[in-house]
Amino acid sequence: MGSYIIKRILVSIPLLLIISFLTFVLINLSPLDPAEVVLHAQGVPKITDELMAQTKAELGLDKPFIIRYFDWLVACLQLDFGNSYVTGEPVWSLIGPAFLNTLKLTVVSSVVIIILSILLGVVCALREGTIIDQSVRGFSFFLATMPSYWLASLMIWYFAVKLDLLPTNGMDSYRSYILPVAVIAINYAGIYFRVVRNSMLNHLNEDYVLYARACGVPERKITIHILRNSLQVAISIFCMAIPIILGSTVVIENVFAWPGLGSLSVRSILSRDFPIIQAYVLILAAAFVLFNTLSDIINAAMNPKLRKGL
Amino acid sequence: MKILRSLSKDRLAAVSFIVIVVTIVAGIFAPYIAPHDPNEVNMKLRFAAPSWEYLLGNDHLGRCMLSRLIYGIRPSVLWVLGALLISVLIGAIVGFIAGYFRGKVDFFMMRICDIMLSFPGYVMTLAVVGILGVGLKNVLIAFILMKWAWFARVIRTSVMQYAELDYVKFSKVAGMSDIKIIWKHIVPVTLSDIAVVSSGSMGSMILQISGFSFLGLGIQAPNAEWGMMLNEARQVMFSRPELMLAPGLATIIVVSSFNFLSDALQVALDPKLISSTNRLQEKEVATKKRGGKIYEYTRS
Repeated sequence: MGSYIIKRILVSIPLLLIISFLTFVLINLSPLDPAEVVLHAQGVPKITDELMAQTKAELGLDKPFIIRYFDWLVACLQLDFGNSYVTGEPVWSLIGPAFLNTLKLTVVSSVVIIILSILLGVVCALREGTIIDQSVRGFSFFLATMPSYWLASLMIWYFAVKLDLLPTNGMDSYRSYILPVAVIAINYAGIYFRVVRNSMLNHLNEDYVLYARACGVPERKITIHILRNSLQVAISIFCMAIPIILGSTVVIENVFAWPGLGSLSVRSILSRDFPIIQAYVLILAAAFVLFNTLSDIINAAMNPKLRKGL
Repeated sequence: MKILRSLSKDRLAAVSFIVIVVTIVAGIFAPYIAPHDPNEVNMKLRFAAPSWEYLLGNDHLGRCMLSRLIYGIRPSVLWVLGALLISVLIGAIVGFIAGYFRGKVDFFMMRICDIMLSFPGYVMTLAVVGILGVGLKNVLIAFILMKWAWFARVIRTSVMQYAELDYVKFSKVAGMSDIKIIWKHIVPVTLSDIAVVSSGSMGSMILQISGFSFLGLGIQAPNAEWGMMLNEARQVMFSRPELMLAPGLATIIVVSSFNFLSDALQVALDPKLISSTNRLQEKEVATKKRGGKIYEYTRS
């Protein structure tokens, strides 16, 4: 197991390097000259060639590409993502707290999603084909077609304005979590409960279930056996879900004015603040790879067969 | 024709198909169908209730909601469809080359796909838009850049199933050229898989792209687009919540039609199921196949 973990982590390092390189290349492909963007953002009225050269030297843009990449990479590893073009503040001081806020939202939503989808998945699998199963699946199909921002706006309108029960935006107390978490959970639980349901159904007809039943094991215990086996698939998918939710809270954060990464990234895209966009992409891509690795390790811990693969 | 006939047996699929065709036709002929100019501002009619003249009422600038909805089909559905077709085409070319020729080409191309797929799609789309600048064109370019790898993977798997079959080997021995084999023997059989995969992604793509417009990163005012209309309606949500209904419902109807159609296509295009009259069996296969779709959801 130990050697598997080490191997798996070693495999993800080149991937992280490639990702960081691509992120760097991507930003450098931009049609705009960063020096020009900085000067514009700082409100310099007249941009002269001299000023451009000076800014370029300040930003280190006059060095060769590869050297700039390694300089940047080393700095990033120390959480130094440069300064925002617009405000001049260090990127980390902006993105750090935002990342934390998004992480809070993601973790709470993920927990709700996992609990909801396991509950619904188990109920639907055990009652396959009944009205409960059909209606839950039909309803989730309907919810999957609903634009999340529309649902969010409707919920704000109903719960926050009409009933005046919950805050409409910001993150002041635990009550601010309820609406955004509900929207995210509704969006994703509808997808993930199917995973649990399908893998439960695949296990229902296995030999060990028949054997346990023949031995007179009580149904509740059998259900627990099935659940444990079918959660294997689900766990890896849940692990993958966390970074996906982390990345796709953009819309929800903007609707609820959540002070997280999503709001920050959209704002910096609109103001073309490249260092922030770069840091945002890098952090999320790294999170994606890390969770991917984590899900593989958890799977291998549960299923020894998978350890041989690497 | 056969496909159409078997689709028409499934009433839900038939309705979905009609909805999609009507939407597309309405989008193409928007100038002839829309009762008013979508960008015509009429401040006297601000927030006017539905009337015979303006069937869905007017928005915050007194523009005709129905006309905006109809013109909105173009960016919300037609352009998305175009972007989807381009990325499927790129994915198909890569998938056919990798799946048919195998070897080093396959290895090289699949590693590229792996790297592309190891990025979180949504974030990368956002990044590409951030670099190219806001606008519907850039959102679509970003989607094509991020989506082709996924299609390439799926199409490659499908091609590989057939590339090793006896009749393909026979054609090779008989001296048929590779391009001719692909075109005559492999494209026709994989077409159904491609259709299912692409129609399955259409729904989520419409949602995501209108989400970008909703955030103000996609199409720019004064153009009409459903996500954009929702964003405009959101500004006056507290006083006029009813403005959010029409664009939201339009999105839901079109997206669910694409999803239903994709599910029905899976059944209709599977040659083993065309002759089968046993509904139960069809359903079983459909739910089994849906497993693959869930994987796709989790990817995007």
